[in-house]
Amino acid sequence: MNPVNYLYLAALLFTIGAAGVLIRRNAIVVFMCIELMLNACNLAFVVFARMHGNLDGQIIAFFTMVVAAAEVVVGLAIIVSIFRTRHTASVDDASLMKL
Amino acid sequence: MSSVASVHSLWTVAADMPGRIPAPHIEYAQLAPTLIVLGAAVVGVLIEAFLPRRSRYYAQLLLSVVALAAAFAAVIGLAAGGFGSAKAHIAAMGAIAVDGPALFLQGTILLVSLIAVFTFAERRLDPAAHGNRVDSFAAQAAAVPGGKAEQAAVKAGFTTTEVFPIVLFAIGGMLVFPAANDLLTLFIALEVFSLPLYILCALARRQRLLSQESAVKYFLLGAFSSAFLLFGVALLYGYAGTVTYSGIAEVISDGAKQIDPALAGTMGNDVLLLIGSALVVMGLLFKVGAVPFHMWTPDVYQGAPTPVTGFMAAATKVAAFGALLRLLYVVLPGLRWDWRPVMWGVAILTMLGGAIVAITQTDIKRMLAYSSIAHAGFILAGVIATSENGISSVLFYLGAYSFVTLGAFAVVTLVRDAGGEATQLSKWAGLGRRSPLVAAVFAIFLLAFAGIPLTSGFTGKFAVFKAAAESGAGWLVVVGVLSSAIAAFFYIRVIVLMFFNEPKAEGPTVAVPSPLTTTAIAFGVVVTLVLGLAPQYFLHLAGQASVFIR
Repeated sequence: MNPVNYLYLAALLFTIGAAGVLIRRNAIVVFMCIELMLNACNLAFVVFARMHGNLDGQIIAFFTMVVAAAEVVVGLAIIVSIFRTRHTASVDDASLMKL
Repeated sequence: MSSVASVHSLWTVAADMPGRIPAPHIEYAQLAPTLIVLGAAVVGVLIEAFLPRRSRYYAQLLLSVVALAAAFAAVIGLAAGGFGSAKAHIAAMGAIAVDGPALFLQGTILLVSLIAVFTFAERRLDPAAHGNRVDSFAAQAAAVPGGKAEQAAVKAGFTTTEVFPIVLFAIGGMLVFPAANDLLTLFIALEVFSLPLYILCALARRQRLLSQESAVKYFLLGAFSSAFLLFGVALLYGYAGTVTYSGIAEVISDGAKQIDPALAGTMGNDVLLLIGSALVVMGLLFKVGAVPFHMWTPDVYQGAPTPVTGFMAAATKVAAFGALLRLLYVVLPGLRWDWRPVMWGVAILTMLGGAIVAITQTDIKRMLAYSSIAHAGFILAGVIATSENGISSVLFYLGAYSFVTLGAFAVVTLVRDAGGEATQLSKWAGLGRRSPLVAAVFAIFLLAFAGIPLTSGFTGKFAVFKAAAESGAGWLVVVGVLSSAIAAFFYIRVIVLMFFNEPKAEGPTVAVPSPLTTTAIAFGVVVTLVLGLAPQYFLHLAGQASVFIR
């Protein structure tokens, strides 16, 4: 099968993730959408590695996974701490500072 | 068919006969600044685990200061050894560049961080809680603000000494960021310095709600932008088949065919190049805080603990502009006719947007945040110059600006009322009558921001605009001077407010800091005046450091 189709899939997943970040309200869901964007990047890396016939892209995908895991640790810690303070994880409610 | 089979054999045959993987060659001495800082961060985590609570603060402070000073000495040693000019080369198997701009920016970041750590460690500003001296960080970050757990933590005299290793990790990432010589290292360094900053933002002792809100906003937007950067990296990898800067630059200038005819079918797709480089530049512009990617800046600067804000505003900007310079000058010079017009637009929007919106601000931290956006625009004018003068002027501007910012935010930590720092601009009225010295120092910083002659701000702005004008960006310079004039209005307004208004009866008081913050502010003043009065040596230094290795 033509690997280029997987590139379209990666672009589609990335777009779905980006749209989700912009329209969803729950911080956890927004965060999941960001993870979806990172995974779309991984898919693109692997497809390009297959197309070019070198392994750089596959190695980078591993690095991205580790970074995504580290981001989950930090992100969930911050979101949980604000949830315990405000009893909501809605990004619209976090609006003490404006303009 | 055969080419696909040979390509596929790369990872199917390898399972039968595991080839010998050569051990990578790492130049530890040339990476010493980064390694020292990251090593100290790891030791700092161990200190948190094993030392009793009462001695952690002193151990952490000593460790951080010694590590940063040692790393700075290592940078000086490398520069003196000629790695900034003649011996500049690419270390760590092509991942890290050791050259003039990298060493200059690393030295700046380390010096700024050293001063910032002083302000982190300040313990005399907040009134003592239950007889314990406290700093500007939460007693226990995990405790709900105002809850029982927090009260108990405050009573027990807990302090978040974890900030020292956290900030060391961030500094380690910042040291790698402007020196990164492939896109993977760029991305990893970005995350290594961003993730600790997200945590630091959430740790304020006072106004935890604002602090946590700023951390959530910074985290979600920062992760969003780094996802864009990563997708850009993926597309550039698709374009060039490699992520090293020189490799991509070669494919851009020579075209894919000359490099490897077998891969001409998959490499060199210009759509990938244009979209990919746009996305990567977007990720970097977010970190820089350029319009239209600036929306996080005011909220994060306002909500974060003020020492952290000062550190972020100074060091992050240096690191991010370093990476942006290297990307545009080493990877994408062949594409400059495409990115220059775009960066023109971004620079104009950033200068005008930052300066105009800053006028309406009523909070001193938000005002400084918008002012930092405007300054990002001025620096972008130097980036656009695409000349050696452009590089050296940006390096000089970054050095001058970071110390002014750090000093200004350190002064903000001093002005306090019952609720902590009095950041409302109206409360600063008449400050010059009450404490002339602090107000005068702040006035010097504001004048430097405004770019008044005899301060470092003027020298920096002059250098940047001169480089931009020489490269034919005359209109950009006109807009820059115009927005400097707008910006000067709100800086001078604060000076007028401090010196020519009657102090209010319920106004804030100025806390007497320990020698730590005093050192930080004094250093800021000295650098501001020296770079304004006798900039020649430092301009020369930046000029010598202005050649990238590729």
